[in-house]
Amino acid sequence: MVLDFRDIHGKIYRGVKEIRGSLLILEGIPGVKYDEVVLIRAPDGVDRLGRVLEVGEDSVVIQVFGDEMGLQIDSVVKFTGATFEIPVSDDALGRMFNGRFEPIDGMPPIHSSELRDINGSPINPRARIHPNDFIQTGISAIDGMLSLVRGQKLPIFSESGLPHNRIIAQIARQATVPGKEEEFALVFAAMGLKNDEARYFIEQFRESGAIERSVIILNLADDPAIERLITPRIALTIAEYLAFELGYHVLTILSDMTNYCEALREISAARGEVPGRGGYPGYMYSDLATIYERAGIVTGRKGSLTQMPVLTMPGGDKRHPIPDLTGYITEGQIILDKDLDSRGIYPPINVLPSLSRLMRSGIGKGKTREDHREVSDQLYDAYSRGLRARDLARIVGEMGLSDRERLYLRFADVFENRFLRQGEYENRSIDETLDLAWEILTILPPEELVRVKEETIDKYYYPALSRVEVKG
Amino acid sequence: MRVGKIEKISGSVVVGKGIDDVEVGEVVEVGEDRLIGEVIRVAEERFIAQVYEPTSGLKPGDVISATGKRLVAELGPGLLSGILDGIGRPLEDLLKLSGPFISRGIKVNMLPRDIKWEFKPVVKVGDKVEGGDIIGTVEETPSITHKIMIPPGLSGVITHIEEGRYTIEEPIARLNTNGGEKEIFMYQEWPVRVPRPFMEGGRLPLSEPLITGQRVIDVFFPVAKGGAACIPGGFGTGKTVMLHQLAKWSDTEIVVYIGCGERGNEMAEVLTDFPELVDPRTNRPLMERTVLIANTSNMPVSAREASIYMGITIAEYYRDMGYDVALMADSTSRWAEAIREISGRLGEMPVERGYPAYLPDRVAEFYERAGRVKALGRPEREGSVTVIGAVSPPGGDFNEPVTIHTLRFTGVFWALDPDLAYSRHFPAINWLKSYSVYADRLISSFAYSVSGYAKELEDWWTKKFKDFPQYRERALRILSEAAEIESIARIIGEKALPDDQRLVLLTAELLKEGFLRQFAYDEVDSFCPPEKQVMILEVILDFHDKASKLIMNNVPIEKINGLPVVSKLMRMKYHPEGITHIQEVNREVIDSLSKLAEEYSLVI
Repeated sequence: MVLDFRDIHGKIYRGVKEIRGSLLILEGIPGVKYDEVVLIRAPDGVDRLGRVLEVGEDSVVIQVFGDEMGLQIDSVVKFTGATFEIPVSDDALGRMFNGRFEPIDGMPPIHSSELRDINGSPINPRARIHPNDFIQTGISAIDGMLSLVRGQKLPIFSESGLPHNRIIAQIARQATVPGKEEEFALVFAAMGLKNDEARYFIEQFRESGAIERSVIILNLADDPAIERLITPRIALTIAEYLAFELGYHVLTILSDMTNYCEALREISAARGEVPGRGGYPGYMYSDLATIYERAGIVTGRKGSLTQMPVLTMPGGDKRHPIPDLTGYITEGQIILDKDLDSRGIYPPINVLPSLSRLMRSGIGKGKTREDHREVSDQLYDAYSRGLRARDLARIVGEMGLSDRERLYLRFADVFENRFLRQGEYENRSIDETLDLAWEILTILPPEELVRVKEETIDKYYYPALSRVEVKG
Repeated sequence: MRVGKIEKISGSVVVGKGIDDVEVGEVVEVGEDRLIGEVIRVAEERFIAQVYEPTSGLKPGDVISATGKRLVAELGPGLLSGILDGIGRPLEDLLKLSGPFISRGIKVNMLPRDIKWEFKPVVKVGDKVEGGDIIGTVEETPSITHKIMIPPGLSGVITHIEEGRYTIEEPIARLNTNGGEKEIFMYQEWPVRVPRPFMEGGRLPLSEPLITGQRVIDVFFPVAKGGAACIPGGFGTGKTVMLHQLAKWSDTEIVVYIGCGERGNEMAEVLTDFPELVDPRTNRPLMERTVLIANTSNMPVSAREASIYMGITIAEYYRDMGYDVALMADSTSRWAEAIREISGRLGEMPVERGYPAYLPDRVAEFYERAGRVKALGRPEREGSVTVIGAVSPPGGDFNEPVTIHTLRFTGVFWALDPDLAYSRHFPAINWLKSYSVYADRLISSFAYSVSGYAKELEDWWTKKFKDFPQYRERALRILSEAAEIESIARIIGEKALPDDQRLVLLTAELLKEGFLRQFAYDEVDSFCPPEKQVMILEVILDFHDKASKLIMNNVPIEKINGLPVVSKLMRMKYHPEGITHIQEVNREVIDSLSKLAEEYSLVI
């Protein structure tokens, strides 16, 4: 949102009672609206954006987005009377903005008569269409076992040092809905990403040609932290417009949500609120929900909004409040694993604790293949037995295992090295993924495949077995 | 209407002043858009209200007016197969008025005003009636007959009543009461925070199980009709799918499903699935017996708090008609968090993890609204409300206030286990940690002799299946034995175990795979009728007994492990022929084990 102090109408007040971090407290101002946007001009000449957080008869609390350094008691505050709105238009495609929606590509700001409140409005659950279009990412672990569907919100839980950026870029490059040629758009919002990470994405999008269909919104690591509270909302406001007004199938990537949550904690602490777990505010669940729930498909509108948020789990702990609350809201999670990564397996997706809640509705006959659900269940079962056998082998040695356990141990190794592991530019079709799954399942005798029905075994296991025999 | 002014706004909490006689619990309308709110605290000059809609744009000095009404549910025909938001507004109507995104300040009635219902009286002019008496019926859906009742507290002599087609706003009867003549309508209003009354001393023992068609629940950890169950689990452990299963297959006449602060797409799934699913008992679409309440996680927090009360009030109303009602709340943690958030905005002193000191009271009040009761009025009838509450403990750690307090006030604990979920064993109910006070006491004969209702529950099963309690007990014993053996096997390897222990592991595997694990989306396995449940258990345990004898006579476990019938035992639950197929597998068990015995020249 480009706001020029001079162009905007509003009531102007001079003088601030108190500056507490990124909060301004003003007194004796009538008629201030809850949640309205303000502009602050400090004596340093820099204009900052702010929002009313709390309003009483005699005091107003304002949250400042932007640098709080340089703010003085003698600042001028302009109350706009409006909530946070941005102009929306498909002109934003192919453009790049900062975290406040100001262009950073040297081009003019977006002009549109369509203004949208960045907080959006909740989708009426009655108006939602249950998502069931399978998105092929070309990554076997995801397509085969954690299938993504249009309108889903499926986050990646990562850790520092893991290749989540490469995975996201690969998904952005390869994602298609088989058999459908439709308008596709990408909205990328960075919250606190490092400069080189942001550059990596932009290069990736440029290389694949996706940049023409992308809206890139960057709040980088050295940009004001508080701005991160509005960045994802701006991104989703554009994404909603593209999806539900213009009919695009939009993939929105929000990275990194951990930085967002930290900004939220900062504000909460500055306001002196009762801290919850880890110092994060008690309302973080509701707050995150107002972001994540802005994904879906609605009746009577053509497009869809799919979200892939990325977050780094502090300390690699899945039970940390950020991944924990996220997992309770999103429709599954893809968890990356240090151990797989250190063994050189890309993508290092730990499928066991990962989950796609909407997988069931996106797969099966007429969508992917009739055997998909069963083969996926069997892979989970066999791999978890394989990992148990691997643990056991560490204690009793491989010789101490029963024949059956040794089979599962072998299965786990092959699963990781053939199914999970794939090239960064290797794009496997869903048929290839499922055929591969059957081939590695032939390590086990058919009686072991109890999660698969007998007729499915007849149809897929034996052909896979003869393929494997031919290949040797 | 009494009018005052806003003094302060902070999130969903608004401070108002200028209405002296405002009451706690009174509904207020806030600002120009007349946003709906409820007074939660009153002081000498000021009062505090929680607002059920986003408060952006409100400012001090805006009007706030008291309506003189409590937050009520409209109870009458038209509730079934509908979907309401947390304060009872039909989402269908909101969709018509504001499109797919919900805007603010929309006022719609909870019950449809335009439908004419066919009213059939069951009392006549001159009859004396009082609160709770049924005066007539309406076919609300093809599966449910709605009983029109005199509102509690009202009594008198019928001066007019007539069969016919009426909307709910047209009087169906007139009553001569002490306070003059009163018109009676097909609907009544009831404040949601007040439990609906039943006959004094009318709480009945919990003697009948809720049949859910889910094996691990019905056989191992059953809940009684009128009881309460708690299902805590971290994310991804299958709470929601479990609740959906219970809503689909429980043998109650009415289901109330509350989506409290959960995912919008999941509510969409219910709305897509339920109209297509058929109740195995009535052969009618499940939607016809269901009321949905949806306050998804991105809808206002305070309405989330109200949604739980809205749901239970509707459940009680159908209970009063003499129906068995099951209420599912997903998730009660979001409700507790809404209480916490509002408490925080009021500046109350937090006690545990930010929750206010009165959290246990609220939890207790809610679960105590479950029960099996003699309804008020005539004819005599019994109804029940069974409450099943999902809990979403932070980090999946059950040692947190909401889980702890919920366990105190419920009788059944279905502990969801992430390790089971990771290997896609669903329902991921841990058979060692879970319990049911309705059934656990059956395990030891000592316990059930002291426990009245547990004994009755056992009787129910016994009538149908004589040896059932014994089978249940043995299966649980094998599972817990297997857990111990596994912990040893983790150190020395399975190969080093004696064969009899390896057989226990095999049987436990059969129980887990063939009995406990149940696939919610399989056409056959989604609902497992009780007799099939018992038969699967019997066949597996008989296999164990026969195999034990072979092992005792030195038949190596590998011989038994490798029998083709073993994988059939695991798969028989899926077979469309049901019991016939299971009997076939049983014959195969007998055949193949006898052959094995012959091989070793044994007689079994």
